Amino acid sequence: MLEIIDLHAGIADREILKGISLTVRAGEVHAIMGPNGSGKSTLAQVLAGHPAYEVTGGSATYDGEDLLALPPEERAQKGIFLAFQYPVEIPGVTNAYFLRAAYNEIRKSKGLDEIDPMDFADLVEERLRLVDMDREMLQRAVNAGFSGGEKKRNEILQMAVLGPRLAILDETDSGLDIDALRVVAHGVNSLRRPDNATIVVTHYQRLLNYIVPDRVHVLAGGRIVKSGGKDLALELEARGYDWLVEAAPAGVAGAAV
Amino acid sequence: MTVHGFLDDFSKFAADHGRNPEWLLPVRRAAIERFGERGFPTTRDEDWHFTSAARIADAEFVSLAAGGGDVRAADLEPFTFGATDWTQLVFVNGRYTPELSAVGALPAGVRVASLADALREGVPAVRERLTSLAALDHGAFVALNTALFVDGGFVHVPANVVVERPIHLLFVADADGASGAAHPRTLIIADRHARATIVESYVAVGDPMYFMNPVTEVVLADGAHVTHLRVQRESERAYHVGTTQAHQGRDSKYSSFSFATGAALSRTNIYTVLAGPGGEVTLNGLYMADGTQHVDHQTRIEHVAPNCTSHEVYKGVLDDAAHGVFNGKVYVHPEAQKTDGKQTNNNLLLSPDAHIDTKPQLEIFADDVKCTHGATVGQLDENALFYLRSRGLGADDAKTLLTYAFAADVVQRIDEPAVRDALETLARERFVGAMPAGVG
Ligand SMILES: Nc1ncnc2c1ncn2[C@@H]1O[C@H](COP(=O)(O)OP(=O)(O)O)[C@@H](O)[C@H]1O
Ligand SMILES: [Mg+2]
Repeated sequence: MLEIIDLHAGIADREILKGISLTVRAGEVHAIMGPNGSGKSTLAQVLAGHPAYEVTGGSATYDGEDLLALPPEERAQKGIFLAFQYPVEIPGVTNAYFLRAAYNEIRKSKGLDEIDPMDFADLVEERLRLVDMDREMLQRAVNAGFSGGEKKRNEILQMAVLGPRLAILDETDSGLDIDALRVVAHGVNSLRRPDNATIVVTHYQRLLNYIVPDRVHVLAGGRIVKSGGKDLALELEARGYDWLVEAAPAGVAGAAV
Repeated sequence: MTVHGFLDDFSKFAADHGRNPEWLLPVRRAAIERFGERGFPTTRDEDWHFTSAARIADAEFVSLAAGGGDVRAADLEPFTFGATDWTQLVFVNGRYTPELSAVGALPAGVRVASLADALREGVPAVRERLTSLAALDHGAFVALNTALFVDGGFVHVPANVVVERPIHLLFVADADGASGAAHPRTLIIADRHARATIVESYVAVGDPMYFMNPVTEVVLADGAHVTHLRVQRESERAYHVGTTQAHQGRDSKYSSFSFATGAALSRTNIYTVLAGPGGEVTLNGLYMADGTQHVDHQTRIEHVAPNCTSHEVYKGVLDDAAHGVFNGKVYVHPEAQKTDGKQTNNNLLLSPDAHIDTKPQLEIFADDVKCTHGATVGQLDENALFYLRSRGLGADDAKTLLTYAFAADVVQRIDEPAVRDALETLARERFVGAMPAGVG
């Protein structure tokens, strides 16, 4: 579904991703872990198409198509969803309006008519239950004045409504208490299907108790320095990242699949 | 040179006694003399540094005192807020047009009329109040209006009367008014504890070039509440210089909103005097301009009496090479203790060539006051744009939505739902498709 080969990207002459290779197949859950500043969010944003980042080398193919050539909205329309580490506040635009606009844009891109507002209300109602959110939030402006936890849940709500094929969750667990974490994990797990895939970016192993990954990758210094099965996360929990970061020789691209 | 043109207009006009009650003539003479002496303001004059009146001063305008025009009811539909039960006076090229107007059900004692009719009838309140607020020291354009006005709106709400539905004064220009100058004069009087909502619109059918120079005086007696919504949607080739002067008694409440989106050059002055203790004023506004439009707002809140409150939020959205000016003055007299004043002006520039000169000005001569002000100038937030696009919205739609969201916040403060909804739609559609890709 997603194949990244030797991806280099950065911002303003500064290289942040220094050769990332990663293959994600339909039905899989991949976890990307690593210390702060290692480039996890950069990878997520580059995959979603943030214009501030410049791709300087390598490729990313999504369903056989050159992902990097697509503007962000087309990536979204083709089923890529990024749950932001720092969801953006949009005062003046209600969640209700935003959700419906996004949903309809995706339908339009598939040549479908706009959804009937009543049907959409039913869909949202059901998805709200999934993430245990109050419908009253629909009339609030997108993320404006939301607590950290509310913002993260709102990302999962959007994901649940839009139903992406490839979801990238960037530290959706950070700052959540254990109950909220369970809610988020439950949301993600109930949306899993054999034909979609999830990349879970996290700093902590904790979330992976609830969303069990097929593969775990460690990102450090803009490279994947180690990949393994779900046990790797436990090992990282026990030993920290230092042993990996130090072991990665500078200038050598870490290989990982 | 067209100072002389206007002086000529006046000589003809002064000869026409039918339009000039005895008491008004000396006022007009003093005004035209002042105008003749001083002429039009230049960018060296205070408050005119960022707006040049040269395009108005150098043009030759014909007098529209005689009226005329070819506006049909259907032409007005886009400008009437979908309202069918409002009192609406329509002025075509500056003159009252009864065929297009409708006086709805009004409470006993409320008077809504054309100013020309009220003058002809010799209504005492007109004689007492007209030209009492907007006087000679208001500068060239008010002087010109005072000398030359022929018509306009007259609204008088007696004590303790509440007018539920808005009263709409709709000034329309059309091709018959091309190259003309009109100076509508409006007088609004709310007696003690009276309440009313006045909507004042300046619009055009087609895109004639003309000069609209209205002056509106608003008298709020003690305890009166007046909501005053001003909508400037002139032709994009027009020049508009409008002045509103309010005067507020004790415990009165004046809520003003100014929406300015039309005209090649517009200048809107909104002034109020808080003359009695406990008065409240809200001056809000939104300007949206593109192309080479120039849009200037000047506000002045004069805290004369103690314990008064003023709140002001103006927002501006400027695209292409549009030029905006905002100058908000809050003047607190030495006696105006316990003044609570708050002013903000936020601007969104959609293009690198758009420009804003914003200058909040506080002049405080009392010591026990709470006054704040602030101005911001920014572009659309890159991260917000990306956030919307990452959910599937196209780049243009994302820009339109964020622009609308920026503007909507101040529009949503309008209490009158029909006007609020109409302005929300205007704000949403103002830049649709007009925003170039790659901005911000
Ligand atoms: N927009 C940006 N501008 C400048 N530097 C950035 C930007 N985004 C990321 N970086 C830098 O790139 C490095 C990786 O950041 P990030 O991808 O956010 O790491 P992580 O998500 O793993 O904590 C950091 O040193 C960070 O400062
Ligand atoms: Mg991060």
